Amino acid sequence: MRDNVSREFDRLPATEADREVEGRPSREAVVDWWVDRFGVPEDTFAEYTFWEKGAGKVWALPFDPGTPVPVEALGLKILRTRQEHWKPTTVAAQRFGREATKNVVELEREQAETFLAGEEQDLDWDGDWGYLIAAHELAGGVEPIGVGLFTYGTLQSMVPKGRRREF
Amino acid sequence: MDALSRYEPIIEDFEGFLAACERPLPTTVRVNPLAVDPDRAVEALEAEDVAVQRRDWHEGVLEVDTGKPGNTWPYVHGWLHGQEEVSCVPPRVLDPEPGDVVWDSCAAPGGKTAQLAAEIDDEGLVVANDDNLGRLSALRGNCDRLGVTSAAVTNTDARRATFDAFPDVDAFDAALVDAPCTCEGTIRKNPDALEGAGKSASRNLGRLQADILERAVELTRESGEVVYSTCTFAPEENEAVVNEVLDRTECRLVEFDVGLDSSPGLTEWDGESYDDSLELARRYYPHQNDTGGFFAAKLEVGR
Repeated sequence: MRDNVSREFDRLPATEADREVEGRPSREAVVDWWVDRFGVPEDTFAEYTFWEKGAGKVWALPFDPGTPVPVEALGLKILRTRQEHWKPTTVAAQRFGREATKNVVELEREQAETFLAGEEQDLDWDGDWGYLIAAHELAGGVEPIGVGLFTYGTLQSMVPKGRRREF
Repeated sequence: MDALSRYEPIIEDFEGFLAACERPLPTTVRVNPLAVDPDRAVEALEAEDVAVQRRDWHEGVLEVDTGKPGNTWPYVHGWLHGQEEVSCVPPRVLDPEPGDVVWDSCAAPGGKTAQLAAEIDDEGLVVANDDNLGRLSALRGNCDRLGVTSAAVTNTDARRATFDAFPDVDAFDAALVDAPCTCEGTIRKNPDALEGAGKSASRNLGRLQADILERAVELTRESGEVVYSTCTFAPEENEAVVNEVLDRTECRLVEFDVGLDSSPGLTEWDGESYDDSLELARRYYPHQNDTGGFFAAKLEVGR
């Protein structure tokens, strides 16, 4: 097994059996995680190649450029792995969360504003604990805002500082 | 405005041009079609009491009646990008196809990169390069915020760009050279835009611009297309650059029309004459569409 080289983009192995780098998640595991956790369609990432840069940060690109790739950014950072609970990024929740059918909590107007401000709030939710996609109704559809961490009746906003807003 | 007086012979209704240059720009945004269709974005803005005016030439360009479109829900969702109307022109002119490999040679801060990604339906690859490390974070941040998945960000001198980082790619299908320039056309949003502008600054930049454009033509496949654009009026940075690259490489100018009013490119300036085909380039003046100033030329690679 090789060690992870954190400054370059390296391709995820297709399956656990193909793994050559210690601790690196497989493509299969990443796709399964999105399908299991959020119920997105199985083919959501069919056209994407997956890459790791940094410790456990998984990027998705709708193109196969060969490997490894010495660039500054490669597609969209979608997931943080190499920790007990994998954590989707805000932008992935927005980009791929529209098709989510599980673990999506639809917030009322005031709740959505509280969430966007980066504050935690009490939440009446009888579903899974852990990372949820927080969404709200906007112009005729439900639109994901970002990722929230639900534990002990509280929804903690994971919206990064630079993206928080107070309306 | 003195730096603009040398353009009096080439600009029709020069008084109208100067008057437009002194007016502030309308606030415009581009709808990100990777996230939403324009009708829904308009509905969401209007629900927040932001009045919206649409543009005929581009379904995604909206004039918004707020100084801070960033403080709206549609912006939070990555539905909108603050982008000057005329700066939406070059990606529209290039018009790449889904699946294409596209080069954005001078990409920061990334509004046009995200627009190129939208033009290919986010299917394929946009190599978004900028030589300025300090501007890469804005480029990455904008692509990220808009949910662009098809962009790869590189940090090289565009004049010496290679495919080393992408061993499976041997040519671009399309390339945009939105070149660093004197930015005279941004005078309406940046009152200092004309400081340092003038013939000599433009001639110096022209060498850099021609080298970048030459590299773009070299890296683009036969029959592929390259768009050259600037936000300046200076012919030394526009027609002269394209003329130079017509001489140095195998490519030709092609006609285009995005639906905005414009004037043809120049075929002579300051005692020099350019190839007749330069009239296929387009000059966008502030008084024609109530925008900033812009120049765009479209090249097809090959004989």
